[in-house]
Amino acid sequence: MSLDLTQFHEIFFEESFEALDSMEAALLKLSAGEVDAELINTIFRVAHSIKGGAATFAFTEVAAFTHVLETLLDQLRSGKRQVRPEIVDVLLRSGDAMRAMLLATQHKEAIDSAGVAKLRAELDRIMGEAGTAAAAPSVAAAPAPAAAAKAGAPAATPGWRIQFIPGVDLLRHGNDPLRIIRELSSLGKVRVSVDAARVTSLSTIDPEVCVLGWKIELLGEIDRAAVQNVFEWAETECELSIERMGGEATAAAQSAAMPAPTSTPATEAATAAPHADEPQHPPRAESAARTANADGGSIRVSIEKIDELLNSVGELVITQSVLSQLAAPLEGREAGELRSALAQLERHMRALQESVMRVRMLPISFVFNRFPRLVRDLGQRLGKKIELKVTGDSTELDKTVLEKIGDPLVHLVRNSIDHGIEMPDVRVAAGKTEHGTISLHAYHKGGNVIVEVTDDGGGLRKDKILKKALERGLVTNEVELSEERILNLIFAPGFSTADVVSDVSGRGVGMDVVRRNINELGGHIQIFSTQGQGSTIRIRLPLTLAILDGQLARVGKEVYVVPIVSIVETIQVTRERVNAVAGGGQVFRLRDDYLPIVRLHSLFDIDPDHTDLLDGLLMIVEADGKRVGLFVDELMSQQQVVIKSLETNFKQVMGLAGATMLGDGRVALILDIPGIITRFQSPQERGLQTPRAA
Amino acid sequence: MSTSPPASSVLDGADTQQFLTFKLAGEEYGVGILTVQEIRGWSRVTKVPHTPDWLLGVINLRGVVVPIIDLRLKFNFANAEYNEFTVVIILTVATRVVGVVVDGVSDVITLAAAQIKPAPSLGTGADTRHIIGFGTLDERMRILMDVEKLMAGADMGLVDEAIH
Repeated sequence: MSLDLTQFHEIFFEESFEALDSMEAALLKLSAGEVDAELINTIFRVAHSIKGGAATFAFTEVAAFTHVLETLLDQLRSGKRQVRPEIVDVLLRSGDAMRAMLLATQHKEAIDSAGVAKLRAELDRIMGEAGTAAAAPSVAAAPAPAAAAKAGAPAATPGWRIQFIPGVDLLRHGNDPLRIIRELSSLGKVRVSVDAARVTSLSTIDPEVCVLGWKIELLGEIDRAAVQNVFEWAETECELSIERMGGEATAAAQSAAMPAPTSTPATEAATAAPHADEPQHPPRAESAARTANADGGSIRVSIEKIDELLNSVGELVITQSVLSQLAAPLEGREAGELRSALAQLERHMRALQESVMRVRMLPISFVFNRFPRLVRDLGQRLGKKIELKVTGDSTELDKTVLEKIGDPLVHLVRNSIDHGIEMPDVRVAAGKTEHGTISLHAYHKGGNVIVEVTDDGGGLRKDKILKKALERGLVTNEVELSEERILNLIFAPGFSTADVVSDVSGRGVGMDVVRRNINELGGHIQIFSTQGQGSTIRIRLPLTLAILDGQLARVGKEVYVVPIVSIVETIQVTRERVNAVAGGGQVFRLRDDYLPIVRLHSLFDIDPDHTDLLDGLLMIVEADGKRVGLFVDELMSQQQVVIKSLETNFKQVMGLAGATMLGDGRVALILDIPGIITRFQSPQERGLQTPRAA
Repeated sequence: MSTSPPASSVLDGADTQQFLTFKLAGEEYGVGILTVQEIRGWSRVTKVPHTPDWLLGVINLRGVVVPIIDLRLKFNFANAEYNEFTVVIILTVATRVVGVVVDGVSDVITLAAAQIKPAPSLGTGADTRHIIGFGTLDERMRILMDVEKLMAGADMGLVDEAIH
């Protein structure tokens, strides 16, 4: 009976993509000159497990290509070949090719065979060079045992007696006993005898079942861990005994000296550098152990399940607050007890809600991980020397936010590489280091996550920006603009389209798109720059998109939620600060600014309690650096609200960002402040908002 | 949220079909039973600005924001009252959930294909695209409605892609 493997395909793809990410990360470290056996092992493991998986699912093209790759990696791993930049480059491209192949397979599309074949030829060519190098290892390997033997090894015939009885499923899991034996033979002289006791008659034999066993004698003074490492992949599904030839005592001593020979991470770490320096061992073992822990303690859950959970918790919170409201007017001794029990319930509910929220959080490294490659590739292409520094990459953010900041960040980093960091000779001439530095820094600050992209390049040329802005009529000559305002001009739509200031931007997509994307997330973007020293772009993002800090405001019978991030202040209006503008509309003087007044009741066509500005309240709200006064009847409480989409069952409505459930179970609408402000944006109003020179 | 299978109220040649019938201004109407998610009493709605009169607003249906449409206003019937008999039928239309206010729910009827007569042309001006036909049972006539077509109407904009 055959098993339906297709159900595992998605898991395989998902895991493979993740594995490829870690392979890429390791390769980039390699290219940075950190040649480390553990890194090569990581890369090898990725290739090996993808090969195994692909073979299991009969994705032959992937398996075949990965096999070639694996062969090259194996040579690197065993030290037969030195890591060279050229090889890393090919490996990186191979990783991309594997990703493309897997993607194509996943979507049942055709694989770009030509590209793969070309890459494969390249791999073959590199390995072809090996003709001479491949011969070298046996020579190179020989002195090592000899030296070790000289150093006072036990007198008995040095070597290992290995009994290897694979489990029946070994072949199905993509392991090849022959490869294992071949690998052993690279360690020393091998004498193999087959144990065919389990072989059944030809009529009942199943070619996918492994029934053979082997007795292997491996001669030479070889590290036990090195031997064990060969079996690393088969270890869990075979009976394996490795005994020292000529004496149990020495074998016992040997294995005691090895820290936990059975635990895979530790063994790997120990094998990492067979003849290398000692001091490197402990940290590596530690990091391996840590990774193992991180992997062991997690499960995969679909985002829908979490959202369902979140929904249910949201409902519970509402039910709980309905209960509290019902209990409030009660009197008597029991009522007091009820209320304190309800208060306790509320605390638990909050804790529960927060925990569920946290489930959706992922470290920002998911986004940051793509940058080492980007910086490397783009830097290389432009001939710039750039170092990328990443800090705070464990800062957690909601998955939805994470998915949406990727592109804006890529844009910003590309800008920094392209226009920020200067060419090496220019840098040296300016008295800076040849290497430019771009740093990505993420941290928490007051319920927000801040992400900063900093470069130590040339900085923004304010004079050029101003000149360009004047040309385009974005600003007028009459007013003196503050530095901040000038810098913010680069966010103006259309500013960075055509022949723009080369120091700032110049690519197709402008900074206005970046800002819009950030604003859509409820975030905020700021720019700081010092000419000649570099620039910093600071992005402030909400922790989550699912919850919003809201101020409830009442107009007539309706209650609206205003996101607190967009509220600057709330004031009571006095008559002398209001001016009517010819052609309708009113403006309000707030210190040196004139702000348009938006009457929510007329915008939404509802009956308010007050129509006179003096009776209600004016909320000064801000978006995109523009402000308006929003006229409402009354402010109510502030609360965290769960954002619900209006579009799920309805459609987008002008001026509304969504809806939420209030404590009494009713729906309240959330105002879309940027949308409302844009609506009130006309050229005349823009003019009114520019500050008057005092 | 209950998951009623996405159902089409269009006749597909099956022998019989079930309809939920309800009253609107004295007339009896029917919708395919499979589009009905639940029936609930009238509760206060939150008004949504910039929407037509017949869109009363939205309610909270166990954590989901659901728009409520008053079919009496939509069909220009006079006096839409809200009393203890006023009922909201929650319908699943394509992937969306919509509530419609009616004067009262009557019954579930089973009609054979032969009992359903196509809608005649009602002359210019009357839009009958959302009417499947007229079903007759026990000498009483019901107007059978295709909910998806009704909601997909240009002014409703509740179903993005016209399904049929």
